[in-house]
Amino acid sequence: MTSILPLALEDIRFEADGRVLLKTLNARFDSGGRSFIIGPNGAGKSLTLRIAHGLLEPTAGRVVWNGGDARSCARRQAMVFERPVLLRRSARANVEYALNQRGFTGDEGRRKAEAALERTGLMDLAERNARVLSSGEQQRLALARAWAVEPQVLFLDEPTAALDPSATRAVEQIIQAIAEAGTKIIMTTHDMAQAQRLADEILFFNQGALVERAPTQQFFEAPASDEARAFVKGELLW
Amino acid sequence: MQNLVDAFATAIQLLLTLDSDLVEIVMLSLQVSLSAVVLAGLVGLPLGASLAVSRFPGRRTLIAVLNAMMGLPPVVVGLCVYLVLSRSGPMGFLGWLFTPQAMVTAQFLLIAPLVAALSRQAIEDLWEEYRDLLRSLDVGRWATVKTLLWDGRHRLLTTLLAGYGRAIAEVGAVIIVGGNIAHVTRVMTTAIALETSKGDLALALGLGIVLVLISLIINGAAAASSHFSERAQTS
Repeated sequence: MTSILPLALEDIRFEADGRVLLKTLNARFDSGGRSFIIGPNGAGKSLTLRIAHGLLEPTAGRVVWNGGDARSCARRQAMVFERPVLLRRSARANVEYALNQRGFTGDEGRRKAEAALERTGLMDLAERNARVLSSGEQQRLALARAWAVEPQVLFLDEPTAALDPSATRAVEQIIQAIAEAGTKIIMTTHDMAQAQRLADEILFFNQGALVERAPTQQFFEAPASDEARAFVKGELLW
Repeated sequence: MQNLVDAFATAIQLLLTLDSDLVEIVMLSLQVSLSAVVLAGLVGLPLGASLAVSRFPGRRTLIAVLNAMMGLPPVVVGLCVYLVLSRSGPMGFLGWLFTPQAMVTAQFLLIAPLVAALSRQAIEDLWEEYRDLLRSLDVGRWATVKTLLWDGRHRLLTTLLAGYGRAIAEVGAVIIVGGNIAHVTRVMTTAIALETSKGDLALALGLGIVLVLISLIINGAAAASSHFSERAQTS
């Protein structure tokens, strides 16, 4: 299977109601590794993910995947949201639904669904209604569903923002495992400790612009820009 | 007063002995309204769902029209169906006037907008919530509609029950296109109207009791269904 990576964001601009929310963004993502997008509120982090994943049309610019038509590229990506969107069905049926969409039906779909539930520690809850699970379990289920289809790229939009520390730890472990299995991770967070724990590289956004991009250690120890330095020190940027 | 008591006693007797006239009328009522609600569901649910997930010019106007049509006066619907089905009308060749088919048609036209409008609202709420996920999974349009109909099934059932309740209780449309012919097109509401004006209060009362019971059951079922759907929604 050919890789849909690298992904290139070319001159992406996004405006809403006359306000410029993303100004001329250029970025390239190669396969493998964990790229984290960090920055203060309103920096354009989620917007960037949603545009890259195709949920939003940019006002200008292009999202370019390596080869393949748009549809087959879309089918090799997955996304997990801050608030997991779960269907009104059992946990197992939620995972099988995503697999069915990718053409894994019948026994194969069932087997892959069980494997994904197993890997995320949800097998005991497989028959439970997804909507009555705790928020940590729900987010793990959303990850299981995304992982089951074996995407080449997984977008994660603040997946732990609404979770307590122990649920956050469980989610982080799953993200690590997905990355180790070879999936490219592109994730936003506002938790700097989390970025330090998980990220291979940091993309620092501020006010709709990509300000700085560096390997994690270098970014936190010696940020190049004043804005990143202020952000790392915990001084709010407005 | 004695008259009333006698009538009531006779009504109870008719019910308990399952009087054949009464049973026939009740069964026809149930059949006509059930057929109408099935057809209204087949048309109204997909229509409401696709209206909920699509965006096109004139959509708002269409929704406003649909909402307004929820309150169509049954007699006017009956009159229109009568004109279309009458011998000189455009569909007169069907020979449906004064048959149960005509009554099903009239009730279908009466409740299809109701089912479409209420399901549009229900599905749109669900769509707001599911949109990002379904687009992320690259779910096609038709599969999206199917998913929303299935996951919204409890609220949609409530919608169908509301349609059934409206159909079975209306008298204006069925009396015009059905004609209240004994053993052919006589249903509960038309029979009650006729028997009351004839002074045969017993049958009217008996049918009235059945009709009230049916409405209570339908509303109970609707309440249970929406209770269940709310429970399924709590996260």
